Amino acid sequence: MGTADVVLPASRVVPPWRASLTVAARRLEDVWAQIRRSRTAMVGLGILVFFALMATFAPLLAPYGPMERTPNCNALGQLCPPSNEHPLGTSFNNEDVVSQVIWGSQVSLFVGVVSAAVASVVGTAVGLISGFAGGWIDEVMMRFNDIVLSVPWLVLMIVIAGIVGIIDLWGIIAVIGLTGWSLTARVIRAQVLSVKERMFVERARMVGSSNWHILWRHIFPNAFPLIFANTILTVAISIISEAVLAFLRLSPPSVISWGRVINDAIQGGALINNNAGWLIAPGLCIVFLVFGFYLYGYALDEILNPRLRRR
Amino acid sequence: MALLEVRDLVVEFTTEAGTVHAVEGVSFELEHGQALGLAGESGCGKTTTALSLMRLLPSNGRVVSGSIRFDGRDLVKASEETIRRIRWNEISIIFQGAMNSLNPVQRVGKQIAEPIVVHEDVEVSEAMRRAGDLLELVGIPARRISEYPHEFSGGMRQRVMIAMALACNPKIVIADEPVTALDVMIQAQILELLERLKRELDLSMIFISHDLSVLAETCDRIAIMYAGKIMESGGTVDVFTDAKHPYTQGLVGAFPDVHGRRVLPDAIPGTVPSLISPPHGCVFHPRCKYAFERCPRAEPALATTTPGRRVACFLYPEVAEVPARSTPLAKP
Repeated sequence: MGTADVVLPASRVVPPWRASLTVAARRLEDVWAQIRRSRTAMVGLGILVFFALMATFAPLLAPYGPMERTPNCNALGQLCPPSNEHPLGTSFNNEDVVSQVIWGSQVSLFVGVVSAAVASVVGTAVGLISGFAGGWIDEVMMRFNDIVLSVPWLVLMIVIAGIVGIIDLWGIIAVIGLTGWSLTARVIRAQVLSVKERMFVERARMVGSSNWHILWRHIFPNAFPLIFANTILTVAISIISEAVLAFLRLSPPSVISWGRVINDAIQGGALINNNAGWLIAPGLCIVFLVFGFYLYGYALDEILNPRLRRR
Repeated sequence: MALLEVRDLVVEFTTEAGTVHAVEGVSFELEHGQALGLAGESGCGKTTTALSLMRLLPSNGRVVSGSIRFDGRDLVKASEETIRRIRWNEISIIFQGAMNSLNPVQRVGKQIAEPIVVHEDVEVSEAMRRAGDLLELVGIPARRISEYPHEFSGGMRQRVMIAMALACNPKIVIADEPVTALDVMIQAQILELLERLKRELDLSMIFISHDLSVLAETCDRIAIMYAGKIMESGGTVDVFTDAKHPYTQGLVGAFPDVHGRRVLPDAIPGTVPSLISPPHGCVFHPRCKYAFERCPRAEPALATTTPGRRVACFLYPEVAEVPARSTPLAKP
């Protein structure tokens, strides 16, 4: 074991809190170095940064507000075709489509991230408890989960949104978050089942640790990379969900998001009016943002998952 | 009186295939400051015996009868509360397989401190300070408490497991295959460390191993187990130099001799019998080259032949038969 075994004098022993800070920093640096090496992660991250900047600086980037009535471009009150002033034309009420697409990134990101967080917290709690407790608790929770899973999730979400009537963003977050946790719960439960059979859990039990301690200190940290990566993938699904609800006009009427813009484009006959960009731009935005989350999520899974980690 | 005295311990596991008679009437005692070795092939009940001392058997296992006297108390009858106090504070265990017994995503200091926090009413910072001291004690610099298990070599992880076992200053430490899966140089270092700790901390130890050479180096007394029973026990040197039981003779003979002629060691033919339906009579008779008509019919009791030596084999006239059981075993 060589030099590693040389015992340091007590005075040179670093206090634990400082040592652990150093270790944490080193680990973050380590993870960052691996992200930098992974092309998948960097492309995904690039896309995410692009949209994050778009959302953050929307007030500066967008020439108009999302529902701001611009001056009429023709006397007949028809929808304007693309022009220098409105590169993607105007929507009903003469709203500028480019501005709507830029502002829409805020809604998509916010709803996507927050409702994914809700779904992850619920799914993780269900998965952890169900997998760890086993027995009838597991049975009841998983049969309920099966019921939720067996109803197509999109349909379930649409039906609930239709019944409750969504009036603001929190409503849409609640609907997406509370219908989207079942897959997460399954994934986490599977991970818990495998972690709980590992020797160190048995050891912790023998040492005398309580169930709560074992679940929180031993099983959760080992499932965490999966939970994190899974959350990022859930964001992608949540963004699609939000777009679907908005497209079906089940989202709050005062909120302009990409799904809404697409719906407007179809209502406004974008293709007939020679304004295909009205339809394509928000569509591409959705596709790229979701793609970015998927790339980043998969790459992170590979990096954070201790068993896939290369050392 | 002995520090630990196990009498006629019987442990059974309930499985779907039937009841497994894992430990069938094991008796031994451990004196203060002594090291006792439990030897035998895998699946002969060594670990089960050790785990039942701390009442850590898996949920399908139970102590059916017998007594475990420690410090004047019977651990078989003791309340869960008493056992909780004895566990780690009085008797602790170095777990089999250090590689997998550490949580890969938790710093080793936290893991060493875990038994301290669970069993003693101390601040976490105090527990962490002690974890550092414990690391120093097993020969690892204290600053490494904030590292993760993958930053340690196999031998060092085993040292971490030893530190964890010593966390609450136990009187008895059970070392369950402490050096299995380590290479020979590291094995020697770990055994040396255990020896030193035993001396310095005034510990009594139970070594469990299938490797007789490990036990020969570390133990004062040794008990050879086979199919849940003790076949022979005695001082380590006596047992190795003058094995009485045919099974012990086989085990000792199965050791390659570095200096001798280049011949393959004598293996014992056959395999360990099923513990669901063990053979009638002496459990070893199907594999014994000296077996005679009495062996399948009756079971030999562990009897003292010479002072300090006990053997369970009918080859020795002192050995009596075990009285017939109340519950008949499987058909012969």
